[in-house]
Amino acid sequence: MRHFLDFEKPIAELEGKIDELRRMSEPNGINIAEEVARLTEKADKQLRLTYAKLSAWQKTQVARHPERPKASDYLRALIADYTPLAGDRAFADDAAVLGGLGRFEGRSVVVLGTEKGADTESRVKHNFGMARPEGYRKARRLIELAGRFALPVLSFVDTSGAFPGIEAEARGQAEAIARSIEACLEAPVPVIAVIVGEGGSGGAIALAAGDRVLMLEHAIYSVISPEGCASILWRDAAQAGAAAEALRLTADDLKRLRLVDAVVGEPLGGAHRAPETAIAAVGRAIAAELPGLLALDPVALKARRREKFLEMGREGLG
Amino acid sequence: MNWLTEFVRPKIRTLLGRRDVPDNLWVQCPACEQMIFQRELEKALKVCPHCAHHMRAGAAERLAWTLDEGYAPIELPKAPADPLRFRDTKRYADRLREAREKTRHDDAILVAPGTIEGQKAVVAAMDFEFMGGSMGAAVGEGLLAAARLAVLQDAPLVVFTASGGARMQEGAISLMQMPRTVIATRLVKEAGLPVIIVLTDPTTGGVTASFAMLGDIQIGEPGALIGFAGARVIEQTVREKLPEGFQRAEYLHEHGILDLVVPRAELKATLARLIGLLRVRQIETAAVDATA
Ligand SMILES: [Zn+2]
Repeated sequence: MRHFLDFEKPIAELEGKIDELRRMSEPNGINIAEEVARLTEKADKQLRLTYAKLSAWQKTQVARHPERPKASDYLRALIADYTPLAGDRAFADDAAVLGGLGRFEGRSVVVLGTEKGADTESRVKHNFGMARPEGYRKARRLIELAGRFALPVLSFVDTSGAFPGIEAEARGQAEAIARSIEACLEAPVPVIAVIVGEGGSGGAIALAAGDRVLMLEHAIYSVISPEGCASILWRDAAQAGAAAEALRLTADDLKRLRLVDAVVGEPLGGAHRAPETAIAAVGRAIAAELPGLLALDPVALKARRREKFLEMGREGLG
Repeated sequence: MNWLTEFVRPKIRTLLGRRDVPDNLWVQCPACEQMIFQRELEKALKVCPHCAHHMRAGAAERLAWTLDEGYAPIELPKAPADPLRFRDTKRYADRLREAREKTRHDDAILVAPGTIEGQKAVVAAMDFEFMGGSMGAAVGEGLLAAARLAVLQDAPLVVFTASGGARMQEGAISLMQMPRTVIATRLVKEAGLPVIIVLTDPTTGGVTASFAMLGDIQIGEPGALIGFAGARVIEQTVREKLPEGFQRAEYLHEHGILDLVVPRAELKATLARLIGLLRVRQIETAAVDATA
């Protein structure tokens, strides 16, 4: 059963009808085939129209779609010989942050990802993608490992944010995030981050202060969730839609503000409709960025990365 | 960089402008509810003489209390105002204007070079009165300016933090101040200079999760609320009552996150002592230079 978002209702109805007709089949088969073709065309058109003008709030829902490919899907499809490495060497392993060694198009890399999980069991296991301090400390350790062996870092970000918990605070959540940002910025190797779903605040930038930050077409990247922003500034969480617009959290906005470097197009109807296509597009985008970064010496690489962040926010939308 | 020449001729604005209150004013301590004579409270650096509660202080007061020269902030580089043309129930542009009128500062950070008991330093202080001390591009620029000035003057960087976190009205631009301010700390550290962070009430969110946790020395003021996530968000998430003293400076000290919790009255002397203890290399280099 496909999961449909509220604004996808008309498409859902059309596709429902198509399925029904297909199941009827046989008796006057030819008429049914014609009707199916007609409805399919209509559904495609509806999908195209809907997705061509998604609002910021609709994109937020697409970015959080339960069937959207997760970090683990990108790792599985794009990374050969993936060998997960665990733990922060101090307290625990945090399943919200995936990390390890592997090969991207034959080249040895360190991969990182915030993992939301795909069903109830795995969502609980990965804490819904909300990392604790040990997750960010693991990330930092692996980025430093990448530096020691001159391996590029690929990071797949999909998180609503860092976990807000008592223990997380007691173990230094803020410090762990700060050090992870620092590790990204200080890495003597290329760091490519891809915001594949939700880029939630500090928990996202912790793994995304890279040379190149790519963002999927319907991903969001924000300093606060629209709901959180609405409940603070509007004092009404129901204003999340207005907050989503105001926050400028879409890939187009981020690109225009020069806060991300490139936008990766998604298949029609969003990455959840054709995960393999979306994942392959991300793979191609990473492959296009890597050679240029690998050509730079570590000093120039780091200086350029720093300069990029220092230039950010010097101009607005105008 | 015009701000670099500007600090030579600091734009001095009078601190007393905001204090034109009658001398006989009484203030009630929010902790013990005792009445305190205003002049008495000012003399005690806004620490309650009855219960030692540390009241919140503005950026101007921080500079005045810390630097031998008193309050003399430099002009800071400008950041674009309202880059997203943000509007909630109110325009961000209007909120900014109101905050400027209220505080008489351009944004939520002040920076001043000077000496602390004779020890050279650049001091940056955040102002909670200015939109909750929230960090947008202007605060990021301010901190970077402070870092560059510290490097230029071969002086340690001391930062007093007070912030509710990122400035939502600048969207992801405010988020990017996290890596930008992390870079600021790197600039100072790479020059072999100390970064000392003094976390004051309250310091939370994106400020805590960036430069504020990257000091060589981390100091907290007694009772200061310091954390990443807000207490309410945590309560709603874990559905547990928060422990006594949770996210207070003493709690962070116990959990190994702060080096020291220092009462306000001892802060200046502590900073001077720490800088003196850390800057052995500078003194030895100077001695070698003198004999050469
Ligand atoms: Zn009191």
